[in-house]
Amino acid sequence: MMKTFTGIAASLALLGASAANAQDIKIGAVLSVTGPASFLGEPEEKTLKMYVDEINAKGGVKGKKLQLVVYDDGGDANKARTFATRLIEEDKVVAMVGGTTTGTSMAMGPAFDDAQVPFISLAGAVVIVEPVKKYVFKTPHTDRMACEKIFEDMKKRGFTKIGMISGTDGFGKSMRDECVKVNAKFGIEILGEETYGPRDTDMTPQLTNLRAKAGMQAVINPGFGQGPAIVTRNYKQLGINLPLYQSHGVASKQFIELAGEAANGVRLPAAALLVADILPDSDPQKPVALAYKKKFEEATKQPVSTFGGHAYDGLMILVGAIERAGGADSKKIRDEIEKTKGFMGTAGIFNMSATDHMGLELSAFKMLEIKNGNWALAD
Amino acid sequence: MLASFLQFSMSGLTVGAIYALVALGFTIIYNASDVVNFAQGEFVMIGGMVSVFALAAGLPLPVAGLVAVIAAMLVGVALHRLAIEPARGASPVVLIIITIGGAFAIRGLAQVLFDKQFHKLPGFSGEAPVNILGASIVPQAFWVIGGAALIVLAVTLFFERTLLGKAVLATAANRFAAKLVGINTGFVTGLSFLLSAAIGALAGILVTPITLTSYDVGTLLALKGFAALVLGGLGSATGAVAGGLILGLCEAFAAGYLTSTYKDAIAFLVMIGVLLVMPNGLFGRAQAERV
Repeated sequence: MMKTFTGIAASLALLGASAANAQDIKIGAVLSVTGPASFLGEPEEKTLKMYVDEINAKGGVKGKKLQLVVYDDGGDANKARTFATRLIEEDKVVAMVGGTTTGTSMAMGPAFDDAQVPFISLAGAVVIVEPVKKYVFKTPHTDRMACEKIFEDMKKRGFTKIGMISGTDGFGKSMRDECVKVNAKFGIEILGEETYGPRDTDMTPQLTNLRAKAGMQAVINPGFGQGPAIVTRNYKQLGINLPLYQSHGVASKQFIELAGEAANGVRLPAAALLVADILPDSDPQKPVALAYKKKFEEATKQPVSTFGGHAYDGLMILVGAIERAGGADSKKIRDEIEKTKGFMGTAGIFNMSATDHMGLELSAFKMLEIKNGNWALAD
Repeated sequence: MLASFLQFSMSGLTVGAIYALVALGFTIIYNASDVVNFAQGEFVMIGGMVSVFALAAGLPLPVAGLVAVIAAMLVGVALHRLAIEPARGASPVVLIIITIGGAFAIRGLAQVLFDKQFHKLPGFSGEAPVNILGASIVPQAFWVIGGAALIVLAVTLFFERTLLGKAVLATAANRFAAKLVGINTGFVTGLSFLLSAAIGALAGILVTPITLTSYDVGTLLALKGFAALVLGGLGSATGAVAGGLILGLCEAFAAGYLTSTYKDAIAFLVMIGVLLVMPNGLFGRAQAERV
């Protein structure tokens, strides 16, 4: 008799627990936690888990707990697409924050758009939100913005004739293509163009040719990895004393370390998060960036990366939208994401609209100059 | 005109000297065992990476370099003992595939033991470029070219003037006959791995101040070194050195005078062109049919 009672009590308790689970708000995330893009996906996963736990500890969203479902696509677009379908059909998530690379995001986009589930991507390329897909958003800056930020700075300093040397890797090529689309808008003429392979170890021939172009005023180097560090060193070796611009792709301490002395004077656009410490106190981004940096570094013992920051921005935009929508209705949440205005994230101020599903402005990028082996704000 | 020609030449010679050393490492092992050791690029990586980490641990640069060379030699011997020797009777093709597996294993271990980041070494004689007739050249380039020349000289002397070197040559010429006159051919093969590993590691130490290094630089170097080897003629030490330098110069001149986008393609086109005219490479002898 006693046994039966305990049994019934236990099943009731279980029932209660599962009932509470049904009340949870399910959020999906397909990330490249392993594989070649793991340096992006890993901080993203850590960030999402860390903040979902924090939100739940504080009582959840509108009294409901968040439940995070994470799948690792290993950087494979095919797998990402399969997981996207699983999130939609089996897990029945109300929204998704994820898509580490442009490849995986582009593969998953149509699935979420068809199922009318909002999808906030964490990948860079502008093609994810251009043309606008109704249910697809993204939080990181685009490479086009990096070009624009650099050209804006060049224009300010009166440079109109420049040279370009770019890597032939995916990042370098994509940014180069964006740069040659927008240079005319800033009245900038590209006099000479050179490229180098992602594994090249000596770019002096290319730079010798660039140097020989008459009337050149500055050089821009879209690239990723060790290539830009070698370009910077060769640039100094050849004694080219025109200003050199690097991209946000090398906005890390490692670049300064590898390029050494030659890095001094180089300018590059970067997210505020990287330079949170040296931002003026008047900068509205400072508190958000500093708080995220502190929390991430304490929890993971790793230096903060902008990629984790994009995940933070995506999650907070989504949470804000769920709060305003008043519940777990995917369509209402989508409408509210699109109405995100003045949200201060680690990447900048987000102002989304029906035609802009990223919502960042150029001011989100900071122009940095390397001085004495350290970052300094150029503006 | 002259200035840019000099600039391109020095760039080509520096990169080419490293290809030459990798190709030389290939040649030594190939001659002793008919195996093209695709882990040769990994020795270059070990040379660079171990130096970087030994230097960071507080050792002075020459000691760090010595540690790196010894480490590479140990890995070379281990590769021979653990992977090549047990498969002694297998055909060269099987052994070559084993070396590719060895390369993967070494790269994977390096990724775990060290890290996935790029690293640099300081230039041996500072970083301030030297101006020669309008071309600016980093002093490390002279170290690379001079160091490579010395290594080639030392290897030549070893083969021509020492009994041990002659034993290697004898094994290369005819393994069976060498065995008959009392040469321990298994030892000779092991020695060739040791020597190649040391040459590779030295190349890695010399070049890291210019090119930077990481756990996976070996793959491309092995590929370029192999191209140099084929260009120069399989089995010829002179050919290996010449092939390396020509490949490096081709790349630099293609990038400088033609187009940087297709410079690698142009270098390989030159290679194919040479092989069409001289199927055994520049210095290779026609291989006699073995009966």
